[in-house]
Amino acid sequence: MDAQSIFNHLAAKLGDSVYDFTTTATKDPYFKVKPERWLDVARVLRDDPELRFDFCNNITAVDWPKLSRIDVVYHFWSYGKAHAIVVKAELPRDKPQIPSVVSLWNAADWNEREQYDLMGVEFLGHPDLRRIMMPDDWPGHPLRKDYKEAESYRGMPTTRPNTMDLLPMFDKATPEQRKENNDE
Amino acid sequence: MSEIVLAYADSGEEMTLNMGPQHPSTHGVIRFIIKTDGEIMHEAIPDVGYLHRAIEGISEKCTYEGFMPYTDRVDYVCAMTANHTWAMAVEKLADLPVPERGEYLRVITDELNRISSHAVALGAMEMDIGATTPFMYILREREYVNDLLEEICGARLTYNYHRIGGVGWGMPKGWREKVLRWCDHFEPVIAEFDRLITMNELFVKRLANMAAVPAAEAIDYGLVGPNLRASGVDFDVRRDVPYSIYPKLKFQTALGTGQMGKVGDCWDRYWVRVEEWRQSLSLVRQCMEQIESTPPDFWKPPKKLKPKGDAMARVEAARGEMSCYVVGDGTANAYRARFRTGSFNAMQLIRHKSRGLMVADLVALIASLDVVAPEIDR
Repeated sequence: MDAQSIFNHLAAKLGDSVYDFTTTATKDPYFKVKPERWLDVARVLRDDPELRFDFCNNITAVDWPKLSRIDVVYHFWSYGKAHAIVVKAELPRDKPQIPSVVSLWNAADWNEREQYDLMGVEFLGHPDLRRIMMPDDWPGHPLRKDYKEAESYRGMPTTRPNTMDLLPMFDKATPEQRKENNDE
Repeated sequence: MSEIVLAYADSGEEMTLNMGPQHPSTHGVIRFIIKTDGEIMHEAIPDVGYLHRAIEGISEKCTYEGFMPYTDRVDYVCAMTANHTWAMAVEKLADLPVPERGEYLRVITDELNRISSHAVALGAMEMDIGATTPFMYILREREYVNDLLEEICGARLTYNYHRIGGVGWGMPKGWREKVLRWCDHFEPVIAEFDRLITMNELFVKRLANMAAVPAAEAIDYGLVGPNLRASGVDFDVRRDVPYSIYPKLKFQTALGTGQMGKVGDCWDRYWVRVEEWRQSLSLVRQCMEQIESTPPDFWKPPKKLKPKGDAMARVEAARGEMSCYVVGDGTANAYRARFRTGSFNAMQLIRHKSRGLMVADLVALIASLDVVAPEIDR
């Protein structure tokens, strides 16, 4: 099935919880979904005999501070039907929450944990929503556009002096000092 | 099997065992927390993130072209396909053409790299379960591949060979003949390898029926590539979501059939990779035949690369499908890039599959899934 008929099929079943189907000006056709209805939509995506999206390929969160929202992008693929679809959900940036789909696809488990860790999206109902890449007590979510790294973590500095900063010191050295350096 | 084992094993005494992060058979820096009753595991909880180098974060801080060397580090055992994924994602995003010869060179280097990557996977797997000899034999072959790749791009592991819009260099003089000669040399080596280890009775008994992954479970947990095909799912990105020049090439996917035990057991996952060696050899030969008649152009560098929008490219890497989702906002840097790798999803499965396995079998399970730590953490 092509993306347009997939969307039409969904819209007929679920009404306005799916909207904004886009094919022009995009490489992969996508549609948007209302976050609060996401679990119902996802269940239809997986279980509908016409759709059968059995493979949750990828989950990405994209931060848009200017629009003050975070998009969660899901890529699905169906092995049986050999078709693909992209689903986007727009979440408010100050409180990004969306239902977890681990109950439908186990593949989503670590993907959701990673997006929670790096982007701070909260997946409601996830069985084990812990940080996965960063240490458990790491402050902040590193892939957010306004993220500023703390100067130290548990007493360890997170930066180190830039060796390039030492270069002017060598440039300013007197000829004698230079000769001394070379002799050494 | 595991249900029976668990029923007898339940003495009620549980021990917590730490394995890793620096353990020789975890294929990199991975840690497991194992809950075990004697030799039998109740659970092995993987703890990843020790090799997290923030590659997705780095992608936002350098240009599209400048990010290419970093993609090598996504998976340093099979860097060529990671290069290819990034190049393809950006080309799709910015609608860039790739000269035909560039596509051929990409496929040739991809397949050579797949051979060397599978050599590491299979060799390390044998060594992990106690057979040291085949590892040495097969790493010798990998050295030849590294030599060939070094000749074309100057590096032995982190190639930085593919470019946005083509590849960095053409074939050096005499390289084509060298590769073909090596293909002729490698074919009997696979047969020798099969006699030495693949059909070795001890080896088969050690791996057959162990940690079998049924097809539905493999799909649910998002296994890809050889691991998925070992479970009997006939899917190959190269054939079913065709890219590059793969539609012009003929090849057969290898499937796990359970010929030594159950479908999708550790031996099947091993055997599928041996078969993929043969496929890759045939692909390299076909490419070498067809590349002769292509125009000499191999790279069309983009003049202005400031794409807008988003795109996802899927490539069949050695560890299964690697896909890159890239978002552009009209500047020279990517706004967001995400790599979805085979090992990351395969690692999720280990917690589920480890119940009822022996501690020593955990090592074989990790090795048979061919997880590589940098690819998990990125």
